[in-house]
Amino acid sequence: MRKVYLDHAATTRLNEEVLKEMLPYLTEHFGNPSSIHSYGRKARAAIEEARERVATALGAAAEEIIFTSGATEANNLTIRGIARALREKGNHIITSAVEHHAVYDTCLALQKEGFDVTILPVDEYGMVSVNAVADAITDKTILVSIMLANNEVGTIMPIAEIGKLCRERGIPFHTDAVQAIGNIPVNVDNLNVDLLSLSAHKFYGPKGVGALYLRKGTRLSVYHHGGAQERKLRPGTENVAGIVGLGKAIELAVKDLEPKANRIRALRDKLQEGLLAIEHTKLNGHPEQRLPGNLNVSILYVEGESLILSLDLKGIACSSGSACTSGSLDPSHVLMAMGLDHQTAHGSLRFSLGVDNTEEDIDYVLKVMPDIVARLRSMSPVYQGGSK
Amino acid sequence: MYTEQVMDHFTNPRNVGEIKDANGVGEVGNMKCGDIMRIYLKVNEDEVIEDIKFRTFGCAAAIATSSKITEMVKGKSISDALKVTNKQVAEELGGLPAPKMHCSNLAADALKKAIENYQANRAKQR
Ligand SMILES: Cc1ncc(COP(=O)(O)O)c(C=O)c1O
Repeated sequence: MRKVYLDHAATTRLNEEVLKEMLPYLTEHFGNPSSIHSYGRKARAAIEEARERVATALGAAAEEIIFTSGATEANNLTIRGIARALREKGNHIITSAVEHHAVYDTCLALQKEGFDVTILPVDEYGMVSVNAVADAITDKTILVSIMLANNEVGTIMPIAEIGKLCRERGIPFHTDAVQAIGNIPVNVDNLNVDLLSLSAHKFYGPKGVGALYLRKGTRLSVYHHGGAQERKLRPGTENVAGIVGLGKAIELAVKDLEPKANRIRALRDKLQEGLLAIEHTKLNGHPEQRLPGNLNVSILYVEGESLILSLDLKGIACSSGSACTSGSLDPSHVLMAMGLDHQTAHGSLRFSLGVDNTEEDIDYVLKVMPDIVARLRSMSPVYQGGSK
Repeated sequence: MYTEQVMDHFTNPRNVGEIKDANGVGEVGNMKCGDIMRIYLKVNEDEVIEDIKFRTFGCAAAIATSSKITEMVKGKSISDALKVTNKQVAEELGGLPAPKMHCSNLAADALKKAIENYQANRAKQR
């Protein structure tokens, strides 16, 4: 059976070149980077080279990069670290209703601890408005955290403008750039960000490693205590092979970004056109300001998990924002924040394309999809034949 | 995550559809949680379920439990059918993932509603 992977927003396949660079650091170069002997120095040098590569990719300085176990940790480190560092200055944090849980839930946790948290609404496309940020800022605001691109619907936020606003007000500005790296240009100066999170496995690197960009002069409190690694901000013996993999992966991710993105966008557009040609379907996310590989559609009258399983039986991997797949009783908070009704949210499907996808992959999905939809609709008590 | 039995009923559901001259119809669930099950019954003079069909909006567990219960009670008396519980349906399918036990395991409730609807229809006729 043909296998088609269209869930690159969840994770990606490790690039062979990346693996090749990592392997020696799992075997012969196994030293602890904190050791002074040759073994340690070898590992330390590899980490510093990876730091240079990450910095170069982001337009940052090497000393502004802190390696973490992924974006979840980078996001927690940011929000908790800033909240604690600037507690004297204020207690107000601004974020959006469509953030990943690693930001969203961390802000809610701080709210429980007494912080004042503003969760900005989004429009029907999942977009945060710059004016809404401006209006929300107060004298007590100590952090604004808005994602660069949404992981479910791919909407790209006006980060540079929000960043400019925050800079004028002297407020640290963080963006979760997990979904953006390798898909759209990400430069910390162009985006006016002070902190930025990323995770290697979203751009053909290994899982369990990521980084936080921390602009020089930005204050952050220590969150975990331990050794002196990563300027004490992220103590613990480094994931050397993972960090090496991250360095190589980001170098490759930003190389030839535009042609890669254009090719993926063309495939995505073809998939979009084909799927929206099925009756009673709807595009979720911004029609233009959207990641090139993202396609989120709602298939009305059917439920997302049933769709995913049916597609999986045909070898196609994608995801959904339905309650059954979110692990809770509610559909995705992102789709709900965009104002979708329950049925539309339950019937959502996210296809996320990557560098290995081909035209044949798309043709195959478009070939099997109509029958799957028709079969599930024929079972659905809310579907009345062709009529809405 | 699903048993073979669940996948079998999901991919080849038994008794899908409507009964045009049904004498009992029951629906449970709501769009908020993402599961709606509707069961149609044709109960004969002897109070035996002669025919049963379903339509379900929901995940694989919702579809499989609907399908399974139609198989379990077809040809049974309504008093026997009323004894079937959601738990039994899940057991017959080799179990369901824990989170699905609450939200998508409603087939026995839908059947009960359909039988009650049949009984109410009967009472009206008398
Ligand atoms: C937008 C966004 N932020 C954060 C994360 C968390 O990344 P990780 O699980 O690698 O820590 C993800 C991954 O799903 C994501 O899509």
